[in-house]
Amino acid sequence: MTKRFATLLFALSLVPVTAFAAGGGALQSSQTNLSDRASLQRGAGLFMSYCAGCHSLGFQRYSRVAEDLDIDPALMEQHLVPASAKIGETIVSAMSPADGETWFGKAPPDLSVVARAKLGGADWTYTFLKSFYADESRPSGWNNTVLAGASMPNVLWELQGVQRPVYGEHSADVPERLELVQPGAMSPAEFDRAVRDITAFLQYVGEPAALKRYTIGLWVILFLAVFTLLTWLLKQEYWRDVH
Amino acid sequence: MSSVIDRAITGAQTWVNERAPGLMPFYRKHMSEYYAPKNFNIWYIFGILASVVLVNQIVTGIFLTMHYKPSAAEAFASVEYIMRDVTGGWIIRYMHSTGASLFFIVVYLHMFRGLIYGSYRKPRELVWVLGMMIFLALMAEAFFGYVLPWGQMSYWGAQVIINLFGAVPWVGEALTEFIRGDYLVSDATLNRFFALHVIALPLVILLLVTLHLFALHEVGSNNPEGIEIKKGPKGNRWSEKAPADGVPFHPYYTVKDLFFVSFFLMIAAFILFFEPTLGGLFLEHDNFVEANPLVTPEHIKPVWYFTPYYAMLRAIPDKLFGVIVMGGAVLILFLLPWLDRSPVKSIRYRGPLTKALIAIFVVAFVALGWLGLQSGSTAQTWAARIFTMYYFAFFITMPIWSSIDSVKPVPDRVPAHD
Repeated sequence: MTKRFATLLFALSLVPVTAFAAGGGALQSSQTNLSDRASLQRGAGLFMSYCAGCHSLGFQRYSRVAEDLDIDPALMEQHLVPASAKIGETIVSAMSPADGETWFGKAPPDLSVVARAKLGGADWTYTFLKSFYADESRPSGWNNTVLAGASMPNVLWELQGVQRPVYGEHSADVPERLELVQPGAMSPAEFDRAVRDITAFLQYVGEPAALKRYTIGLWVILFLAVFTLLTWLLKQEYWRDVH
Repeated sequence: MSSVIDRAITGAQTWVNERAPGLMPFYRKHMSEYYAPKNFNIWYIFGILASVVLVNQIVTGIFLTMHYKPSAAEAFASVEYIMRDVTGGWIIRYMHSTGASLFFIVVYLHMFRGLIYGSYRKPRELVWVLGMMIFLALMAEAFFGYVLPWGQMSYWGAQVIINLFGAVPWVGEALTEFIRGDYLVSDATLNRFFALHVIALPLVILLLVTLHLFALHEVGSNNPEGIEIKKGPKGNRWSEKAPADGVPFHPYYTVKDLFFVSFFLMIAAFILFFEPTLGGLFLEHDNFVEANPLVTPEHIKPVWYFTPYYAMLRAIPDKLFGVIVMGGAVLILFLLPWLDRSPVKSIRYRGPLTKALIAIFVVAFVALGWLGLQSGSTAQTWAARIFTMYYFAFFITMPIWSSIDSVKPVPDRVPAHD
């Protein structure tokens, strides 16, 4: 009976998970590693340099970043906290949403939980940042294969270079792939790493607890495993009377 | 030394007994002298697991309300504040969100146990009906709670569910406005749902759970054999008057349940610490976007535990009829004790027809749950219609198939192999 029950539970657990694994489309695997502190620190630096001008992380405090990513608060204040902000404040961009709307047609969204809100999670952010291409028909001069008609220009272009779309035989509207026509300051491999760092940082900001929960969880489960064993022995001892 | 402690304990007991003479008889009736059948199997743990989850929801809920702000302007941010700035806040929040889904898993399995072993049959009809009332209250509680994080799915899910009341003839529109407290889902709605979620429904659920247990302890528990141990011979090693096939709930089932509870907590901890969103099922992607009345999400769907009923609603082209079908799918379960006409209770002594129909029922219910999560293509809608038909046919024709199916003779005593 127990075995049949376990099989049933297992079968039931598979149904929704496999149903969900189908989502995400043609996103590239971000391969972020949240236990790589150096990657997260580089990501924080890149975010503050390239993204924070327009995008806020309105739920995240500078001090939380410093504490979680092992950044010395003095260094944090010197390099990553803008002069107008204090380290205990949340990361709010200098651009007001109203200005953003006037300049880009749509206010740049707050990115605090973007990595959790998108169906592909970190993979979405990673692929999106890599998928900008020059498109003169757009007001910003840029378009994106992940989010067609995005208002956001390719802010990382000086690192990445300029990509142009290559159209296949089947479609003249949707680019088949993107081709690097003008190299940037970084090689493609270096750029992939930089984008991975930003993605990892946003993934961390989406859920700061993700840095701790695995370690704590391991101890909790180990404790419960021992406790379960003891309660099983106790149960066996009592039930000897009955059987 | 030991005599001092003994005397202190005896003294304290006497002190309490003189002042509350009903306490020890109450404890004996429900714990140490409540004789439960000795042959419970793993299907009998979900009642206690549901109580554990209920306590978890209440305790973690109390801590969440210390930091959560029930206002449309602050709700979403306050949840993220709990996740980042409140010490241990993320554990409390994940315990509550994981607990909500686990509550439905254990309750669905608890109800399925009732179905396969005939636990709702005479004399336990009232136990079942009270249990169904708990299920209804739990669904309302989950719905109100889901609105509180004030994400896009909270908002639009509430919008869809409240609008269902608009299908009621004549008063529908006025009714939806009365529920929302506004012309659209807004701060007023969030505030009242908060009140219902943290105080009104928990009180109702606690009362119903107490009645469910009292009703059960009056008639005694069923068991996988469906044999009435109270009608069997008397006398076991603990009491001459107690059923021979019964064992005292405490300590035998308390230690057994303790083992299963800690095993269950291990699974819960695994989800909580390693996959708290369970791939977007327990915490959905869309709900990490703050509620926006001006942007309708492409695909509105409820959380997984409501999807079987949601699939039924969507499968029906007419709104009012769809609502009736969805409501009927839950309400028909109340009638189960009177629909089942089999001469035996447990599936162990019932024929192949019953087993096959129950197996298909499980497939239909799980399939409906899956369909409710999908976008609803034409093929999916037709599949949902077929499974909905089966769902209702299963119950409506139950008086027929349960009485014509073959049965095996039920022994008087619980067999030794159990």
